[in-house]
Amino acid sequence: MRRIISVLMENAPGSLSRIVGVFSQRGYNVDSLCVAPTDDKSLSRLTIVTHGDDKVIEQITKQVNKLIDVLKVTDLSDGHHVERELMLVKVATRSDLVRAEVKRNVDIFRAQIVDVDANNYTIQVTGTSDKLDAFAHTMSQSTEIIEASRTGVCGLARGEKALRP
Amino acid sequence: MEMMSGAAMVVRTLKDIGVKHVFGYPGGAVLDIYDALYAQEDVEHILVRHEQAAAHMADGYARSTGKTGTVLVTSGPGATNTLTGIATAFMDSIPMVVLSGQVPSKHIGEDAFQETDMVGCSRPIVKHSFLVKRAVDIPEAIAKAYYIANTGRPGPVVVDLPKDIVNVLEEHPYQFPDDVTMRSYNPTLKGHSRQIKKAVKTLLEAKRPIIYVGGGAITSEASELVTEIAEKLNAPVTSTLMGLGAFSSVHEQFVGMLGMHGRLEANKAMHNADCILALGARFDDRVTNNVDKFCPYASIIHVDIDPASISKIIGAHVPVVGSVDEVAKQLLKEMGKIDAKAQTAKLADWWEQVNQWRSRKCLDYKKDKNLIKPQEVIESLYKHTNGDAYISSDVGQHQMFAALYYPFAKPRRWINSGGLGTMGFGLPAAMGVQMAHPEAVSAVVTGDGSIQMNIQELATCMQYNLPIKIISLNNRALGMVRQWQDMNYKGRHSSSYMDAMPDFVKLAEAYGHIGIKVTKPEELDAAMAKCFAAKDRLVFMDIEIDQNEHVYPMQIKFGAMDDMRLSKTERT
Ligand SMILES: Cc1ncc(C[n+]2csc(CCOP(=O)(O)OP(=O)(O)O)c2C)c(N)n1
Ligand SMILES: [Mg+2]
Repeated sequence: MRRIISVLMENAPGSLSRIVGVFSQRGYNVDSLCVAPTDDKSLSRLTIVTHGDDKVIEQITKQVNKLIDVLKVTDLSDGHHVERELMLVKVATRSDLVRAEVKRNVDIFRAQIVDVDANNYTIQVTGTSDKLDAFAHTMSQSTEIIEASRTGVCGLARGEKALRP
Repeated sequence: MEMMSGAAMVVRTLKDIGVKHVFGYPGGAVLDIYDALYAQEDVEHILVRHEQAAAHMADGYARSTGKTGTVLVTSGPGATNTLTGIATAFMDSIPMVVLSGQVPSKHIGEDAFQETDMVGCSRPIVKHSFLVKRAVDIPEAIAKAYYIANTGRPGPVVVDLPKDIVNVLEEHPYQFPDDVTMRSYNPTLKGHSRQIKKAVKTLLEAKRPIIYVGGGAITSEASELVTEIAEKLNAPVTSTLMGLGAFSSVHEQFVGMLGMHGRLEANKAMHNADCILALGARFDDRVTNNVDKFCPYASIIHVDIDPASISKIIGAHVPVVGSVDEVAKQLLKEMGKIDAKAQTAKLADWWEQVNQWRSRKCLDYKKDKNLIKPQEVIESLYKHTNGDAYISSDVGQHQMFAALYYPFAKPRRWINSGGLGTMGFGLPAAMGVQMAHPEAVSAVVTGDGSIQMNIQELATCMQYNLPIKIISLNNRALGMVRQWQDMNYKGRHSSSYMDAMPDFVKLAEAYGHIGIKVTKPEELDAAMAKCFAAKDRLVFMDIEIDQNEHVYPMQIKFGAMDDMRLSKTERT
């Protein structure tokens, strides 16, 4: 099953490699990984999308929690949560017809064109991973995708729940 | 504030922490630190002959005392040579701090001479590591390293020190940190009260309970408490290879070591138990055999300081996160007074059954007129040390014979590489033990294969006057490998026998020690007596044993805990 693990850790050299190390060393999957300092610059927040059965997920959270630099670990997919991912995608726009079709789909998906060049548009789209997949699929049907880059999922629990030191 | 060089800070911090011994080997990146060591007498440096041995010595020192062992090595090959020692300590949760030199900061990443990414190389086998960037950070990094190494579930910590920050020519203010606690690191020591209640209820309802003791009981110095629990419950007690001595092996409730080479009665009692109290043990694959067939009738109470160990292999019915000593105190309090008579009556049938398994006497073996049996060597060792020595071991058949035939009555007396199974561990570990306990008898049970993996340390023994007793069970073979080949590979002894065996007596003598060769059963007793009479000398006992002896009992692959071979021809 797909799971979203959220980790709060010291923003210290080596912390990230230790987390990644736990995954490779113990054979866990990393589907995506998103990391940056939090509002408190001494801390980093990391969101890992992984998959596995309950026993594997329990081990992942425990093994990550065991790292000295890690303050808190939570499985966001355990409860209600908000998750978002951002994708930048550059598509070919070689004719007016394609340009119009791309623009129409950008509107439907509530994406944004953030850069325009003679022969291509760069589009920014945010949402759940499914939505990004759907958008990429739609684009690939109307034109050629030149390149795309995704951030990986980041997420927060809904309501009162929070991951704080 | 006192001003001093980074190198002086390293040594001063060690002193302020209370470190008395450092095991190490010098080289370019740590010459400044060695210079600082030269100028003082608080911290004694022990020069090994190979950095792997430095780590094993620090490890043996730690296992026999509970104190953190310290290693100091240079960058590159010095550092990588310690990796096997670090991994050995990591697998068995042994507190150790490894100070490694590193190339100057500005050269890190340039593939400089003797540069390796020590923090990276050691990452999967350390509890934590530090790459220190500034001299003023040295005291805090080292103090934290010791704190992390020896709290919670202990383990090795690496502190990598670039050469420029330990430069003897630059001075910086020294301040020992007042506080080394970290917001991100708070090991749980006390068990959850609801789980304690549940555990006690389960234990008191059990009709066929067993206590399964592991290394965690030794780490947390919980021997007396574990004994108290066992006696209160009148339950049989078994121990892992790592836990031997936590509960006295001569106690009448002890049913022996369990697992792959466990005693029949221990594995039988586990398999048939209706309640297992696991204290600081981790359901290792060398214990469980086939997990799908593991102990089908038991409610499992699993006490461990590491939450990740609980339900990792075998699901626990009552998980209790906490240190064995704290949780044992809680369990005892919750149990209150138990009617001893009623408890004895309740377990009478269980004990009758256990005693019946015991009566099979699975450790019995036949002596031979001409060939020395490994078992009788260990029995003789027991006799000549009054069962009161520190016994280190290498890895192989001899290790299992030692574990099975030398009953350990006290914790921290049995020093072996259980988790990693590192050949070459024994001699340096016994040296670390001897450094920590100069007056005690420190013996190592080893094999002709293992002893050659760190034989160079005989020189270190000479230099520091370490009167180790080396009991080498010489079967002219990598016996354990050979046993597996006999059992699973139709006796095809692929690379498991050793040609060109050295003359170990002459070898010992070449290093300045005493060597004794024993080939006949009737010589054994006198030779052993001679060995232990030489109190202040290292004695190398090269004992030629029966080459064809196998270690039994032995679990049958893919079977349940109690599916065992009892000899070459008998199985359960
Ligand atoms: C460093 C290392 N290499 C290989 C092994 C695999 N191994 C386990 S036991 C063994 C044989 C040990 O031979 P010896 O020390 O003579 O002991 P014996 O089994 O003969 O008593 C080997 C090769 C190991 N445990 N450690
Ligand atoms: Mg051998």
